[in-house]
Amino acid sequence: MNDTVAIPALTPQDFTSDQEVRWCPGCGDYAIIKAVRKALAEIGTDTKDVVFVSGIGCAARFPYYMDTYGFHTIHGRAPAIATGVKLANPELDVWVVSGDGDGLSIGGNHTLHALRRNVDLNILLFNNEIYGLTKGQYSPTSREGTRSPSTPLGSVDHPLSATRFALGAGARFVARAVDTDQKRLPDILKAAHAHKGTSFLEIFQNCIVYNDGAFDAFTERKTAPETQIFLEHGKPLIFGKERDRGLRLAPGTFSLEVVPLGEGGVDEAELLVHDQTNRPLAGILAEMEPPDFPMALGVLFCSPEESYEAAVYAQIEDAKAKSKADGIDALLRTGHTWTVEAR
Amino acid sequence: MENDRAMAEAALTLDEVPREELESAVIRFAGDSGDGMQLTGGRFTETTALAGNDLTTFPDFPAEIRAPIGTTYGVSAFQINFGSRNVMTSGDLPDVLVCMNPAALKVNLSELREGGLVIVDTGTFTDKNLQKAGYEANPLDDDSLSRYRVMAIDISKLTLEAVKECEVSKKEGLRAKNLWTLGLIYWMYDRDVAATVEWLGTKFKKLPNIAAANIACLKAGHAFGETAELPDGALVYEIKPATFRPGLYRTVTGTEALAWGLVAGTQLAGLKLVFSSYPITPASTVLHVLSRLKAYDVVTFQAEDEIAAAGAAIGASYAGALGVTSSSGPGVALKTEALGLAITAELPLILINSQRAGPSTGMPTKTEQSDLYLAVYGRNADAPLVVLAARSSAEAFDVAIEAVRLATRYMTPVVVLSDTFIANAAEPWRLPDVGSLEPFPVAFHTDAEGFQPYRRDEETLARRWVKPGTPGLEHRIGGLEKDYTTGNVSYDPENHQRMTDVRHEKIARIADDIPEQEVDQGPVQGPLAVVGWGSTYGPISRAVERSREAGISVSHIHLRYLNPLPRNLGDLLAGFDKVLVPEMNMGQLTTVLRSRYLVPAESLSKVTGKPFKIAEIMDAIRAHSEA
Ligand SMILES: Cc1ncc(C[n+]2csc(CCOP(=O)(O)OP(=O)(O)O)c2C)c(N)n1
Ligand code: SF4
Ligand SMILES: [Mg+2]
Repeated sequence: MNDTVAIPALTPQDFTSDQEVRWCPGCGDYAIIKAVRKALAEIGTDTKDVVFVSGIGCAARFPYYMDTYGFHTIHGRAPAIATGVKLANPELDVWVVSGDGDGLSIGGNHTLHALRRNVDLNILLFNNEIYGLTKGQYSPTSREGTRSPSTPLGSVDHPLSATRFALGAGARFVARAVDTDQKRLPDILKAAHAHKGTSFLEIFQNCIVYNDGAFDAFTERKTAPETQIFLEHGKPLIFGKERDRGLRLAPGTFSLEVVPLGEGGVDEAELLVHDQTNRPLAGILAEMEPPDFPMALGVLFCSPEESYEAAVYAQIEDAKAKSKADGIDALLRTGHTWTVEAR
Repeated sequence: MENDRAMAEAALTLDEVPREELESAVIRFAGDSGDGMQLTGGRFTETTALAGNDLTTFPDFPAEIRAPIGTTYGVSAFQINFGSRNVMTSGDLPDVLVCMNPAALKVNLSELREGGLVIVDTGTFTDKNLQKAGYEANPLDDDSLSRYRVMAIDISKLTLEAVKECEVSKKEGLRAKNLWTLGLIYWMYDRDVAATVEWLGTKFKKLPNIAAANIACLKAGHAFGETAELPDGALVYEIKPATFRPGLYRTVTGTEALAWGLVAGTQLAGLKLVFSSYPITPASTVLHVLSRLKAYDVVTFQAEDEIAAAGAAIGASYAGALGVTSSSGPGVALKTEALGLAITAELPLILINSQRAGPSTGMPTKTEQSDLYLAVYGRNADAPLVVLAARSSAEAFDVAIEAVRLATRYMTPVVVLSDTFIANAAEPWRLPDVGSLEPFPVAFHTDAEGFQPYRRDEETLARRWVKPGTPGLEHRIGGLEKDYTTGNVSYDPENHQRMTDVRHEKIARIADDIPEQEVDQGPVQGPLAVVGWGSTYGPISRAVERSREAGISVSHIHLRYLNPLPRNLGDLLAGFDKVLVPEMNMGQLTTVLRSRYLVPAESLSKVTGKPFKIAEIMDAIRAHSEA
């Protein structure tokens, strides 16, 4: 029998770099990094194989604080740069950290294409509905009427839903979570990591300085059970502290309705059951918003398919197997050549 | 058997017709975009190379894929200069102009040399086509062509006769008229049809009737030459093989040479090549060539835009492959922010810029050298990198390898300047033996002992290259200013000065690692030096040679290294009374040389989208020698 050595279990501390964290005190980013370190320790990937790639913004400072490989790049381009990392070395465990401005404004195009290609990346989009680093201008996810230094009378353009954008772009794993939800966030991160192909996770992140309380409507501890619904594959869509409310399709329509359960209400069998492989269902769940509906959190959609870089390498291996390629000198000598003899 | 017969036919012709021996000739094939002029030129090039002539080609086609038929802006042309001596340019003025329609005649006639031969397909000189080309009267009927020799042949009709026996529609048959014309030209220059016959057989393997029609036309055109009563004067020529250095040859375009050079270079460095690009004329073809080389372990990525293409290349280099990106014109402009990241992250990266006429979209299919400023200076802040330029299609292979060597040895982006002309032009290439080239393997850093991501090699000033996945070397880098040694984020004022200085010094020191500048021809000091870079090599070289033959003292200096410049260049230029810089821009190298060496360099500028003519440079040399 071969010798075995005990592999020491990893701890969140193993993923913590020696750099001083520079986010504002109370920023939601602290809670997120805590959950990420916890999730990675539990996953047990070696720190040497993990790469965090980010763009620019408060969120994008993330890699500096992780004791893994990290690349803090340029505004909006992290998905493209991470795609290059993955194409060069598909073995690496690559994470992209982006903000709502970084990933959906300047970098919206790159996010879109990483998602449709299904590159095996874990994209974490920290949505604080504001441009934090540049001091509080409204962002593409800011709600209509947001007052900010650049929109003193309130913004007039319509916001984008990150989750619906990802679903529309063809993402094969789409999930949502709240920064401070330390119970569920690590598990959702682990599910994102386990998914091969692009995983898109929108994390509602509180910017305490420029957009404090933006998500109170569904994150307030006291009311959260009534304003959130946590999705689980194969389980009926039930929420409420007393688990006394559910979701179903309003009869004769393709619209959701909230219905009371139990006595005087409907039977559980009439409720919709969450099917994470059903993209249209994910779409209508993503549409829900308080106050009329609970906010859908957890894994909205998950339906794996071969990842981009795997398909790229499959073609390369196939070409190699089929080819009679015999070195670069032979390549240069394909087609018509002629010899000039010494005279 | 087919070959044998063709050879026998060719031999027969040679015996019967007295041929005038020429040193070189320039032919331009011109027709509608749909007339297959590029194909015709390509076949003539191959046959001419196989006949042992030296050659340079100039494909010149419209940006529109299929411009309306018969219009002047839909004219596509292919020029070839070939000879028994060293051929350096695609030729100033054609000796023979082939016009498949009136529009082709309208656009190209003014360039035909006086007394040159124009061959026209009279079958296309209908009222409608004449009108589309902007002719009020038929130029074949008046004295428009009196200064030239004219072969007016109803090629359309003869083509249809030639394909009578083949099972093709009239439309399919007519499409073979370019091959009929090619057959005639082959006869005129005593060329063997065999290689083209073989090529057609392979190309139309699945359409044997089309192959047969094309071959029938090729042979009919050839036979027409032998039997027809042609206009007076010797019309058949012989161009003896050129003397080449012994070796194995092929023809190559700049695109192919660059692509293959990247493959060779990354192999010499022991790296995987990750090439990412977004389609743009004329750069796309590099992506096309490399995407077929998967069996050579080449990864290609068609990104969503040029920024993503540059980003993915940087990501690939970060992960330990060599990232290469490529673009042209506006696409290169989009990559500038990413280049800044590669400069400060100190990662190897190659950007191939196939320059085209601008600004903005400009003239996508026309050549220019106007991105020298962009390459050397075009980024925010002090952001130095290496800039190289290829002088010819074949030389692009060596330049690509040198780019890989410098990028990996110095952990820096390298911009390789090519242009539309080099990208498309073909020339004979004496094949190197890559197996015998000196490898320059990259040594990735793996030692965790005392590791600091920005610690530098004392000689090259390059930082270490670490592959993610290496145990114990986890570290973070990025676009924020970094501490000189630890690489941690730093806003320290002195540190920024020091980092800016070292980034500058690292590139400057490369001057010690590249060859001293040589004088291509002429004395090493004297009254006049003509200094060029890139694809002007051919015309400058020939112009200087001819001027010297005419007794003018002039030297030719041609730069491959544009940043840093060769260490002896300042001294070299100081040895000349005058410096003349021909460029296909408004004087960009002129400005660089003036500012760098305070020499009174003067610009000879041309931005017509066409390469310099030898005569244009000779005129300037003469003017500067007399003044
Ligand atoms: C090319 C470019 N444009 C603009 C900026 C300025 N900038 C930096 S971060 C940022 C917005 C960040 O917002 P978000 O992505 O939401 O991140 P947050 O700070 O909110 O985490 C902007 C506009 C930049 N760094 N680069
Ligand atoms: S500005 Fe907002 S997002 Fe940025 S660190 Fe401060 S609290 Fe966090
Ligand atoms: Mg934000």
